[in-house]
Amino acid sequence: MKLLRIGIFAALIGVSGAIAQARDSIVVGLQLEPPHLDPTSAAAGAIDQVLYANVFEGLTRFGPDGSVNPGLAESWTISESGTEYTFKLRTGVTFHDGTEFDAKDVKFTLDRARDETSQNAQKGLFEGIEAVEVSGPLEVKVTLQAPEGNFLFNMAWGDAVIVAPESIGDIKQKPIGTGAFRFKDWVQGDRIELERNPEYWGEPARLESAVFRFISDPTAAFAAVMAEDVNAFPAYPAPENLPQFEADPRFQVLVGSTEGETILAINNKMEPFDDIRVRRAVAHAIDRKAVIDGAMFGLGTPIGTHFAPHHPDYTDLTALSQYDPALAIQLLAEAGFEGGFTTTLKLPPPSYARRGGEIIAAQLRAVGIETEITNLEWAQWLEEVFRGKNFGLTIVSHTEPFDIGIYARPDYYFQYDSVKFQAVMTELNTEQDPAKRSEWLAAAQRVISDDYVNGYLFQLAAITVADARLRGLWQDAPTQATDLTGVYWEP
Amino acid sequence: MLGYAMRRLLSLILSLLVASVVIFLALEVVPGDPAAYMLGLNAQEDTLAALRAELGLEGSKTSRYLSWVTGMLSGDFGTSYTYRTPVAGMIADRLWVSLPLAIYALALSILIGFPAGIWAASRRGTVVDAGVMGITQLGIAVPNFWFAILMVFVFAINLRWFSAGGFAGWDAGVLPALKSLTLPAVALALPQASILARIMRSSLLDTLTEDYVRTARAKGLSRAQAIRRHALGNALIPILTIIGLQFSFLLAGAIIIEKVFFLPGLGLLIFQSISARDLIVVESVVMLLVFAVIAVNFAVDLAYAWVDPRLRGRR
Repeated sequence: MKLLRIGIFAALIGVSGAIAQARDSIVVGLQLEPPHLDPTSAAAGAIDQVLYANVFEGLTRFGPDGSVNPGLAESWTISESGTEYTFKLRTGVTFHDGTEFDAKDVKFTLDRARDETSQNAQKGLFEGIEAVEVSGPLEVKVTLQAPEGNFLFNMAWGDAVIVAPESIGDIKQKPIGTGAFRFKDWVQGDRIELERNPEYWGEPARLESAVFRFISDPTAAFAAVMAEDVNAFPAYPAPENLPQFEADPRFQVLVGSTEGETILAINNKMEPFDDIRVRRAVAHAIDRKAVIDGAMFGLGTPIGTHFAPHHPDYTDLTALSQYDPALAIQLLAEAGFEGGFTTTLKLPPPSYARRGGEIIAAQLRAVGIETEITNLEWAQWLEEVFRGKNFGLTIVSHTEPFDIGIYARPDYYFQYDSVKFQAVMTELNTEQDPAKRSEWLAAAQRVISDDYVNGYLFQLAAITVADARLRGLWQDAPTQATDLTGVYWEP
Repeated sequence: MLGYAMRRLLSLILSLLVASVVIFLALEVVPGDPAAYMLGLNAQEDTLAALRAELGLEGSKTSRYLSWVTGMLSGDFGTSYTYRTPVAGMIADRLWVSLPLAIYALALSILIGFPAGIWAASRRGTVVDAGVMGITQLGIAVPNFWFAILMVFVFAINLRWFSAGGFAGWDAGVLPALKSLTLPAVALALPQASILARIMRSSLLDTLTEDYVRTARAKGLSRAQAIRRHALGNALIPILTIIGLQFSFLLAGAIIIEKVFFLPGLGLLIFQSISARDLIVVESVVMLLVFAVIAVNFAVDLAYAWVDPRLRGRR
C-alpha cells in the first residue's frame, strides 16, 4: 500500500519553484520523537539525534568520521598502568543556565551514571570506573578497576554527556548543557526548537536557530522534503524515493555508513541451532545481495562479522559465509536434517526486518528450512525475543557503536557462550597498545565469524536527504546524532 | 424530559465504569514492558528494576486500577511513563489540535452534505440527483488517506499554498492554525459529507411521501416551501444520529490523517504510546474517547427529545 501511495506521488510530481529561505535557520525532519530530553537515562536514539553535540557535550566527542576528539576535556594523560585518566577541562565553559562548568560537574555526572539507582541505558560504559576524584577546579582524575582500552571512546557516547546538579531536576523537559545550541521550546508531538548559544566556549554555530520536526510516516516525510517544509532529513525512512531526490537539483542525497550491523540473529542454545553445521547452513543459504537489493533498495554494505566496515580494524570475512545453497543443503544433511526443519522468524517493525524477513524466508525455504514469520512490535520483540529468548531466528540491527562485546555475554539474547571469544575480549579490553588492539579486534571478528554465531547481513546505510545548498551535514552516522554545529547555508 | 435525561445519565455512568474495567484489563494482558522499551538493548537488570520502581509498575492490578480511576475522578490522569509529564496536560495539548480538527471537519461535512442532500432530494430523478449520488458514491469509496495524499501533492508540493503537514500552533495566530488544519479537515470531511448527503437525501425523500407533506402541498405550498417548513425538520432525526457517530469517529478516528499530515493530535499520541507501552497514556486517552463518544450520544439522545417531542414522555 505504501509503495502504491509513493508511486502516486512519483507519477504526479511536477516542477515547482524554490522559495527564498531564511539563511540562518534550519528545519530538520526526524522520524522519531524523543520521549524526553535526558540522554543519560534512556536508550532512545531520538534524544541524541536532537541533542548530541548540539546541546550536550561529553569529555570526549565523536567526529563526523567516528574518531574520538577532545570535548569538554581539552586534554588528558593516562597513567603507565592504564588505569588512571587525568582529564584537563576547558576553561570558561558555562552551562546554558549560566552556571559554571567545572570538575565537580564531571564527578557528578559519572557518579550519577554508575549509582545504584542509575537509569542510564548504557550503565555498562561506566562499570569499570572505580573512583572519580576532583583533583583541581578544572581537573578530574578517573581511576579504573582495570585498564580499559575503550574508555575515551565510551566517554564520547551520548549517554556520557556532562550534566550539572543544578539543572538535573528538570532535565527531561528542559535540558541544560554546554553546547553550541541551547534548548528553546518543545511542542510535544510536533517539534523541538534550539537556538544559538552566544556564550559558547568554542567556535560559535553558524545557524541562528534550528527546528526539529517529527514526521513518522515515510510518505509524509517524502512530502515534507518535496514541499521544502524541512531542509534536511537524516535517517530518511524511504530508500525507494532516493532516485527521485537524486534527479532533482533542489536536493542532495548523502549516503554513508552507520554503526548498525544488521544480522539474522540465531538462538545458539536452541535445537537445532546449537549445532554449528546448522548455523553454517543458514549463513550459506543467505544471498546478501538479494536481501540488500530487496529490503534496502541496494543501500548497505555486506558484512561477514559483527563489525562496522568503515572501521579501520574491520576484516572482510564475507567469504566465510558465501552464498552457496548447495553447501547449505549438504551441511543440513550432515547435521541430520535432510528433510529440513521448521523454526520461527520473529520480526521487529523496521522495514529492513520486515522486508528482509520475507526474502530470507524464501532463501531458507530453498534449502529446506521452513520459517514461521511473526511480526512483532518493539515492545513485544523486547519481551519475547530479547528477554524471553523465545525465538529461532530474528532480524535486527545493532546500532550501538563498537558493540562486538555483546558476544562475550552468554546471557545475551542469541546466547553465544564461547570461552575463546570471552578470552579475546578480556585481552582486548586490557590492551593499550594500538597495534596489539588491532590484532585482538581482528581475532574477535574472526572467532564469531568462524563460529557462525549469527547470519551477518549488511551494515545499515545512513541516508540523509537535504536541501542542495546546505553544507556541513554528516554523511556517516558514527553515532546517532545530527551535529548542527558545523552546518551552514551555501552563501 | 427530566426523567428521560436522568435515565440516560445513569446509563452513561454505567457505561463509563464498564469501559474503564475493560480498557484496564485489555491493556494489562498486552505483552511488553515500558521500562525495557525505554532502556533498550544494553540495559542492565538493576537499571531496569530502578526504572520500574520509579514508574510504579510493581503494584498489584487492583491497587493500580483503583488509583487510576480515583485519580481520573479528581482530574489526575497520572504521569506518562515515557514523557514523564502529567498525562492530563499532554491530553489537553493534543485536544487543542484534535478537537478543532474534528469540529472543523464536521462543520465542513455539514456545510457540504446538507445542501447537496437537499438539492438531490428536491431534484429527484434529474441529472442533479444522479450527479450528487455519483459524486457521493465516489466520496465514500475513496479512502480519506489517499485523498489526503493527493491534496498534499497538489496544494503543498506543487502549488505551495499549504505546508505538507504539521501544526502551526494556536500561538501563531488563529488563521495560520486553521490553515494548517484545512487540508486534514477537508480530507476527513469529504467521506463524511458524502454519507451525510446520501442520508439527507433518502431521509428527506421518505418524509416527502408522508401525508402531512402532501397536505402542505395541497394547501398550496411549493415543493421547496414544503421541504423547508415541514419535511426538513422531520428528516433531521436520522441525520442527528449520524452526526453524533461522525463526531466521535472524527475525534478518535483521525489517526491515519494525523499521520499523513504529522499533526500532533490525540490519534498520534495513542499510536506512539501503544508502541512505547506507555499504558497509562493509552488508558487515559482511550477512556477520554470513550467518554466523548458516550457523552456525544447522550447529547444526541437529548437532541432527539428536543426535535421529536414524542420521545420526551416515554422510554
